[in-house]
Amino acid sequence: MDYFLELFLGGLTRGSIYALIALGYTMVYGIIELINFAHGEIYMIGAFTGLIVISVLTLLGWNTVAIIVIASLVAMIYSAAYGFTIEKIAYKPLRGSQRLSALISAIGMSLFLQNYVLLAQTSNFLPFPNLVPDFKFMQPFENIVRSTEIVIYVITALVMVFLTFLIKFTRMGKAMRAVAQDRDMAMLVGVDVNRVISFTFIIGSSIAALGGVLVSSHIGQVNYYVGFIAGIKAFVAAVLGGIGSMPGAVLGSLVLGWTESFFTGYISSDYEDVFAFIFLVLILIFRPAGILGRSDTDKV
Amino acid sequence: MMTFQEIKKSLLTALWFMFLTFPIMVIKVNTIEKTIEWRWWRMAGIGLGIFFLSFLWRYLIRRKEAGKKKAEIAGEETMPLAQRLLSNPRFYMPGMVATIVMVVAFPFVFSLYQTNIMITALIYVVVGLGLNIVVGLAGLLDLGYVAFYAVGAYSYALLNVHYGVTFWMALPIGAALGFLFGILLGFPVLRLRGDYLAIVTLGFGEIIRLVLENWNAFSFGPSGIANIPKPGLFGLDLNLHQSTIFIYFLMIGLALMTIFVVRRLQDSRIGRAWIALREDEVACQAMGIDKTRTKLSAFALGATWAGMGGVVFAAKTTFINPTSFTIWESIIILCVVVLGGMGSILGVIVGALILILLPEYLRTFSEFRMLIFGVILVMMMVFRPGGIISDVRRTYKFEGLGRKAKDRSE
Repeated sequence: MDYFLELFLGGLTRGSIYALIALGYTMVYGIIELINFAHGEIYMIGAFTGLIVISVLTLLGWNTVAIIVIASLVAMIYSAAYGFTIEKIAYKPLRGSQRLSALISAIGMSLFLQNYVLLAQTSNFLPFPNLVPDFKFMQPFENIVRSTEIVIYVITALVMVFLTFLIKFTRMGKAMRAVAQDRDMAMLVGVDVNRVISFTFIIGSSIAALGGVLVSSHIGQVNYYVGFIAGIKAFVAAVLGGIGSMPGAVLGSLVLGWTESFFTGYISSDYEDVFAFIFLVLILIFRPAGILGRSDTDKV
Repeated sequence: MMTFQEIKKSLLTALWFMFLTFPIMVIKVNTIEKTIEWRWWRMAGIGLGIFFLSFLWRYLIRRKEAGKKKAEIAGEETMPLAQRLLSNPRFYMPGMVATIVMVVAFPFVFSLYQTNIMITALIYVVVGLGLNIVVGLAGLLDLGYVAFYAVGAYSYALLNVHYGVTFWMALPIGAALGFLFGILLGFPVLRLRGDYLAIVTLGFGEIIRLVLENWNAFSFGPSGIANIPKPGLFGLDLNLHQSTIFIYFLMIGLALMTIFVVRRLQDSRIGRAWIALREDEVACQAMGIDKTRTKLSAFALGATWAGMGGVVFAAKTTFINPTSFTIWESIIILCVVVLGGMGSILGVIVGALILILLPEYLRTFSEFRMLIFGVILVMMMVFRPGGIISDVRRTYKFEGLGRKAKDRSE
């Protein structure tokens, strides 16, 4: 039973991590119908920026809590800035052209960012300090779940509440829903579409950066390539839940996290990534709209 | 042009990028010695570079928009320069003769090393033309293309290890297996929309690579297969130099065959169906084109060429392991097609030659290779989606009525 619980919580951690990345995917897809391949790279840049800030502040001798807060904030700001800039350079000039073009541009951006970090920093795995202190009240459960994982659950939950509030109740959220439904119509009734799209990229990117810092702190290392696999997995999760739907992204992430955790725990860990891909292929074949997605027909 | 406004804009852009690249470009922390290296000169370089690049960027954007407007007014696309030169017989014949002389003389004039690079470039020409069928003609973004390349390479290597199958037997077998895998993988996924297809093919590519890496009993795992024999020529004993020249001419032959087949396919009924499908799926189905079958044929034919290319690759390098078949290899091939011009045969050839030969000769830039590939993909899509030598659309004009009738081919 303990083993089961361990796998269950491990899956929950994985799922929460995927959710933080998948939310950005799904938001961008909902608004401009583009698979933002560079999203995983934004997550990686967030983790790297966080690591750099942490290292600098540690050398300056700041205290731990301040370091965590400032590193996360700086990482979020920088990732948001990257997301914003990427959209302006690689996606905005392609709005209105074929979907294939935007997708190729996104792949190019992803390749560029990976190699940019590789060349500017290093190709080695860098150690990432575990910043979350071991909580006192967690001591009885220590062998099952770590404090960092608890922080990940809490922050994921908070982010979801924040996003739900943002989308449901604010003016910007309303504008986002309008653009997602019908961009031309939204433009006609006075929604500043460019601003809404930029805003979406900024929010999605900063959430990814938060995920990047938390996950790296949990795993304990980071390199320029971490964004790619994480991005693909999060995409699988978003598609599983129904791309474009935010509760779907979270649900899909949790389902993927648990299935992966149980699969590697009970069956085999060699084929962990293969499993995620097979899962993706099966979903797309049998239920392309995802668990919570609507299936829609092509408009002429 | 150089008004105050423009300079201010560029200045702001430069400042923004200096801010953006600050942590990653400037700060480098050495965690072992606990020192921070501040590389301020990089920041200055970026600021200066971006300042000038932003002028270029805005100029190109303006030109692109002006071009779009002009095309709308004129109602037709003007032929690009390369096509005009080619369709002119005065340039065509001497050009053709010069190319043939160069191709034949190449391995005798240049060194073994250069011939080897040329062989690699020719493999990319063949594989690129194969991917061109899938991406350029049918408009299906296949990011797992390298999987079929791996199928070809491994089918030769494994058949040779276990059954002693020779290169000439393996070539058709590799092609057939590529075709088979194309159908097997294509069948379930081709009902999907374009962007999902990209991800699923990416997934398949990774599955095949991971299986090759983990299934030691079958594929010898990460250590790969060594001592794969080079192709033989009627049992003659060839030394290293001769066999390289032989592979070179073999690749020329294969490339010529590919060009011939792709050209014929392009103008055939199915080729026109691919192009139509790329332009508008719904309209295509309304015209009675079987969507799945047409897509599947493009997918499987593309895979066939990848399989063949894989066999030659295994024979050329005499050693293969799964690291030769990562997703980035697929993206390099995609880059060849995109740079050259999607759907254009000449474009793909030029693209492959540029992308494979240039990095070899500009050794100092070799570490920037993948970075530059990324930039190429983005810039080509933004400024010249048709590629260097874009495909000329055959247009049939409907004249006589007062209104403009711009029909695309089919």
